[in-house]
Amino acid sequence: MAFVQQSSPHAHRARPTSRVMMWVMIAALPGLLAQTLFFGWGNLINVVFCIAVAIGSEAALLALRKKPVGFFIRDNTAAVTGLLLGLSLPQFTPWWVSAVAVISAIVVAKQLYGGLGSNPFNPAMVGYALVLVSFPVAMTTNWAEPATLWGGAPGFGDTLAAIASGQQTAVDGWTMATPLDEYKHKIATHTASEVLVHPTFGDGVARGWEWVNAGFLAGGLLLIGLRIISWHIPVGFLAGLAVMSLAFGSNADLYAPLSLHMLAGGTMLGAFFIATDPVSAATSHQGKLIYGAGIGILIYLIRTWGNYPDAVAFSVLLMNFAVPFIDHYTPPRTYGHHKARRGVPGSQG
Amino acid sequence: MTQLWDFSGGIHPAEHKEISTARPIRAAGLPERLVLPLQQHIGEPTEALVAVGDRVLKGQKIADVPSGTGVPVHAPTSGVIESIADLPVPHPSGMTDRCLVLKPDGEDRWQSRQPIPDYRSLDRDQVLQVIRDAGIAGMGGAGFPTNIKLRPPRDRKVGTLILNGAECEPYITADDMTMREKADRVVAGLKIMAWILRPERCVIGIEDNKPEAIAALRQAIEGTQTEIAVIPTKYPSGGEKQLIQILTGMEVPSGGIPADIGVMCQNIGTAVAVANAVLDGSPLISRVVTITGDAVRQPGNFEALIGTPIEYLLEQAEVDQSAVSRLVLGGPMMGYTLTTEAVPVVKTTNCVIAATAEELPAPPPEQPCIRCGQCAEACPMELLPQQLFWHAKATEFEKAEHLNLFDCIECGACSYVCPSSIPLVQYYRFAKGEIRIQRAEQIKADRARERFEARQARLEREQQEKELRRKERAQAAAEAQAKKAAEAEKAAESSEAGDERAAKAALVEQALARKKAKAEAARPEEPAQAPAEEAPDIEALEKQLTQARAKLETMQGMLDEAKAQQADNVDKLERAVAKNHDRVQRAEAALSEAKQSQAGQQAESQTTQ
Amino acid sequence: MWTSVLIAVVVLLALAVVFGGLLGFAAERFRVEGNPLVDEIDALLPQTQCGQCGYPGCRPYAESIADGGPINKCPPGGEGTIKALADLLDVEPEPLDAEHGVEQVKRVAVIREDECIGCTKCIQACPVDAILGAAKHMHTVIESECTGCDLCVDPCPVDCIDMVTVEPDIRSWTWTPPRPGVIATDRQGASA
Repeated sequence: MAFVQQSSPHAHRARPTSRVMMWVMIAALPGLLAQTLFFGWGNLINVVFCIAVAIGSEAALLALRKKPVGFFIRDNTAAVTGLLLGLSLPQFTPWWVSAVAVISAIVVAKQLYGGLGSNPFNPAMVGYALVLVSFPVAMTTNWAEPATLWGGAPGFGDTLAAIASGQQTAVDGWTMATPLDEYKHKIATHTASEVLVHPTFGDGVARGWEWVNAGFLAGGLLLIGLRIISWHIPVGFLAGLAVMSLAFGSNADLYAPLSLHMLAGGTMLGAFFIATDPVSAATSHQGKLIYGAGIGILIYLIRTWGNYPDAVAFSVLLMNFAVPFIDHYTPPRTYGHHKARRGVPGSQG
Repeated sequence: MTQLWDFSGGIHPAEHKEISTARPIRAAGLPERLVLPLQQHIGEPTEALVAVGDRVLKGQKIADVPSGTGVPVHAPTSGVIESIADLPVPHPSGMTDRCLVLKPDGEDRWQSRQPIPDYRSLDRDQVLQVIRDAGIAGMGGAGFPTNIKLRPPRDRKVGTLILNGAECEPYITADDMTMREKADRVVAGLKIMAWILRPERCVIGIEDNKPEAIAALRQAIEGTQTEIAVIPTKYPSGGEKQLIQILTGMEVPSGGIPADIGVMCQNIGTAVAVANAVLDGSPLISRVVTITGDAVRQPGNFEALIGTPIEYLLEQAEVDQSAVSRLVLGGPMMGYTLTTEAVPVVKTTNCVIAATAEELPAPPPEQPCIRCGQCAEACPMELLPQQLFWHAKATEFEKAEHLNLFDCIECGACSYVCPSSIPLVQYYRFAKGEIRIQRAEQIKADRARERFEARQARLEREQQEKELRRKERAQAAAEAQAKKAAEAEKAAESSEAGDERAAKAALVEQALARKKAKAEAARPEEPAQAPAEEAPDIEALEKQLTQARAKLETMQGMLDEAKAQQADNVDKLERAVAKNHDRVQRAEAALSEAKQSQAGQQAESQTTQ
Repeated sequence: MWTSVLIAVVVLLALAVVFGGLLGFAAERFRVEGNPLVDEIDALLPQTQCGQCGYPGCRPYAESIADGGPINKCPPGGEGTIKALADLLDVEPEPLDAEHGVEQVKRVAVIREDECIGCTKCIQACPVDAILGAAKHMHTVIESECTGCDLCVDPCPVDCIDMVTVEPDIRSWTWTPPRPGVIATDRQGASA
C-alpha cells in the first residue's frame, strides 16, 4: 500500500483565499445595488470594467513574471481590487481614468512588490490616489447627481456612452457635487441650514449616499458574521472618525456633522471593505484597533482641514506606512509569558 | 459547578467520534508476533535483559534502562524471543529502531504477580517504584515516565491534580470508551495518584461531547471529593496547558512545567495503568487503541497488547486495503502519517486512522500568505503564526525563537484555518529541529574549542619545559666546559696545549659540515619543485612519492626495531611495510607516467611551434 | 547688524559645545563593552580546527577575519558559517572558496583497530585530543569529541583511519521544510 506522507494537521477547513474573496464580492452587492438604484448605472459599469481590466493586467503581469497564471487568477484577489475601485470611483469616470487606476493598482502596487501577500500598500487605494492627484477634475466632477433608476437617472446606454467617450460635456447635466464636497466648500461662508438646502443632501443625511453606506454596512456585518474580517478595524475606524467628529464638529455651522461623516462619502466602504485588506493592515487585535482608529482620525483631519472632500484613500495609505511600526509595538502576549516580546533580536524595542 | 475559564483561540473541527463509539472495547487477540521497541518513552533507550531464544512469561521484564530516565518494557504474553533487530517503529520519520520480537506460545502464562490492595500502608516511594517497575509512561502522547512526573521537585507542592479526559482531537475515542467502560479503574488510579501527591483538589476535565463518559464517571466518583468539570468542546482543550487554563485560570510559565504553578495533569489511560500496576501487580502490557476511519468496516476500540502490529489491528477492524489513502497514527490534528502498517502499538499509541482519499484529502498547493491573521486568531498559545512562518521559511531561526517558537505546541489549529493552505506546523517543526541541531553543534564546537585551547596550552607548556631543560643542560655543559677549559689551561701551562686545541677545532668543523649536509638533505624538494610549477600534477605526485617513501622508511625502521626486540606486532608491521611498498611503487609508476606524458606534450608543443 | 551676526555665532557655538559635550558624555556613559570581535568571530566558526583555511586552527583564522581577511575559507562551516559571519561583519556573503575544500556532510574518524600499530602519530596530529591510546597500543577515537577534521588520516602509516559519514538515525532525525509546490514551478519558470 502506498500511503500519503504528510505533516499534521491532516484535516483542513475548506475556506481557501478564493472563497474568502468571493464572499467579499458577495458582501459588496448590497452597496453596489444601492449605488445603482440611487445613482444610475455608472458604478455597475465601472465595476465590470475594472474587474475585467484587473484580471487582464494581473494575468499579463503574472505571465511576465513567469508565474502560474491560472493558479493565481483563481484566488480572486485581483477581481476584488477591481471591484473596490469600481465601487469607489465617480460614476461617470472616463474609462481611461479607471483603467489607469486599476492598472497602477495591479501592476505597480501589487505585482511589482511581489504579488499577493507582499504589497505593503492597499493596491486599490494606490490606484485611487494616483488618479485622484493625476486627474483631479475628472475625479471631482463626475459624481452622478442622486437620481433613482426609476426617476431621473440616465439610462444604461447613455451612461455607457458617456463613460466611453470620456467627454466632460456629455455628463454635465447628470453630475453634482458630493455632499461632503458641497458642505466643505459652502460652510466657510454659509450657515449649516443654508448649506443643507442643496439637493445633494436631500431630506435625510445625504440623498442616496445614506443608502449606499447602509448597504456597505450590511455587507460588512455579513463579513464579520462569517468571520472573514474581524471587527477590530471597522470599529477602530468608525470610532476614530466619530470621536474626532464629536470632539471638533459639534457646531454644524463650522464643521460637517457626525451623521454626514458616517453616511456620506466612502466611510462604510472604507471601514469594512478597504481598510480590512489583511495584506496591508496591522496583525494583532490591538494593532488592528490602532490601525483602524488612525484611518478614522486621518479621514476626519483631511476631510475637515485638507484639500480633498473625501480621504479614505490617503488615510488608508498613510496608515499602511505605519503598519510595521504598529506591529512592532503590539505583539500579543504569548501564553505563559509575563509580557509580549517586541520586535526582533538586535533591534531596539 | 466548577468555575471554568476560557483559553484564547481554538477551533471546532468535525469530530468524527461517532465512527468508533458504536461498539464496545474489543479484545484484539493474540497476533502471530509482537514487536517491542526498546524505546517507548522519553529518556534513555532501554537495554534488552533477554537473549534471542529465551523463553519469557507474560509480564516478565525484558528490557530496562541501566541508568537515567526511563521505564522497563515487559513481555505482553508468554513466548520466545525470536530476534532483536532494527524494525520500523511508530515515528514520524518512518525510520527503524531496535526492537525485541516475541513469538507468543499461545499459553499466555503470567509470571507471579504481587497485588498491593492496601497500598496506603506502604511508603510513597515504594508505590512510585511499583509504578516505575510496571513500565508506565504517560499514555497521552509524549510518554514521559509517570513515576518521575508523580514526584515533582520538593519545593513544588501539587495543589491540583487534573485527570485529562478532554480528548479533544477528532476521531480518537480511546479515553472516552475507557471512561465509559472502566470508570471504576480510572477513579481507582486517580485515587492512588492523589494519595501519592496529596493535592487539595482533584478534577477530571471532560469535554461536553462525551455524556456517557461523564455519567459513568459521576457514578464512579460518588463518595469521593473528586470534581468532574464538563468543559465546552473546543480543540485543543485537551492540550495540557489549555486544560490547566480552563480548569484553574492559571498559565504554565514558558519553559516550565505545570508543577511550577502547583498543577499536574495525568492521562486517563495512565490512571488505568497505575491502578492495574498497584492493585493487580500487572505491568503495562496492553492499552486501548482506536481503529477508525472510513476505510475500516468495523471501526472501534481495541484492547491491544503492546507490540501488536497495526496491520493486525486493521485486519481485526476489517480494513478495506484498496480504500486506504492515508494512515495516520494519532489524531488528524497532531498525528503523523505511517509509511508502513508493520509498526507496532506502543505505550503512547492511542489511535490509528485509516482514511480514504475523500476523508482526508491531500491539501491544495501552498498559496502566498495574505496576512489574514486567522492563524493568530486560532492559536491557543497566542503566538504570531504568520511571523513565525516567515522567519522559519527564511531560515531566520533566531528571530523565530525570539517570537517564542518554542512555546508552540504544534496543535495544528493555524494550519487548519489557513486560507492559503500553508503547512505552517511543518515549518515550525523544521525550524525547531534546525535550532536544536544548531544548539547541539554549538555545544560541540565550544567543547572542541576548549579541548583545542587546552591542547595548545599543554603543547606550549611542554615546549617551555623542554626549553628549560635545554637551558639547564646548556648551562651545565657550559660550566663543565669552563671547568674543562680551566683544567686545559692548567694543562696547557704544563705541556702539549696546542695539539688539543687543534683537535677540538677539527671536531667543531666536522659537526658544522654534518649540520650543513643535513640541512641540504632536508631541502631536496626545492629543486624538484621548480620544473613542477609547469605541471602541478607532477608536483603533487612527487609529493605523494616522497610522503610514501618517508612512510615506508619509518615503517621499515619500526619493523627492524620490532624484530630486534622480537615484539608481538611484527606481522602487523610486516603487512604495513608491504602495503607501503605497494604504495611507493604505485606512486613511482604514476609519477613516471605523468612525466612521460608531459614530455610527450612538450615535444608535441615544440613541433607545433 | 553685527550684533545679530555675533548672536548667531555665539548661539551656534554654544549649541556646538553643549551637544558636543552631550555626545562625549553619551559615548563614555553608554560605551558598549562588547566581546572583542575576534571572540565573536571565533564563536561562529565550527571549531573543527582542521586548518583547511590555511591557518593553524579556528582562532587564528578568526583573527585574520577580524583583520579584514576573507570570510569564505571555512569548508566545514560552509554556507551557514559564511552567512553568519557576513551578518556579524555586515558584509556581503561570498561563495565558499573552493581552493580550501568543499562543504561536506558531517564525518567522524574511526580507527580500524585490528590494523592499528600504535604509533601515536594520529594522537599527535589530533587538534582536539580526541584520540586515545599509548605507544604500541591500539588507539581509538572518542567519537563524541571528534570534529571530523581528518588531520589524523594522513599521518597514519598504515592507513587504518576511515572518515565515516554520520548517518542520521531516528534520534537525530528532524522535520524537513515543506516541499515547495507552487514555488518550485515558479523557479522553473523563472529559470527557463
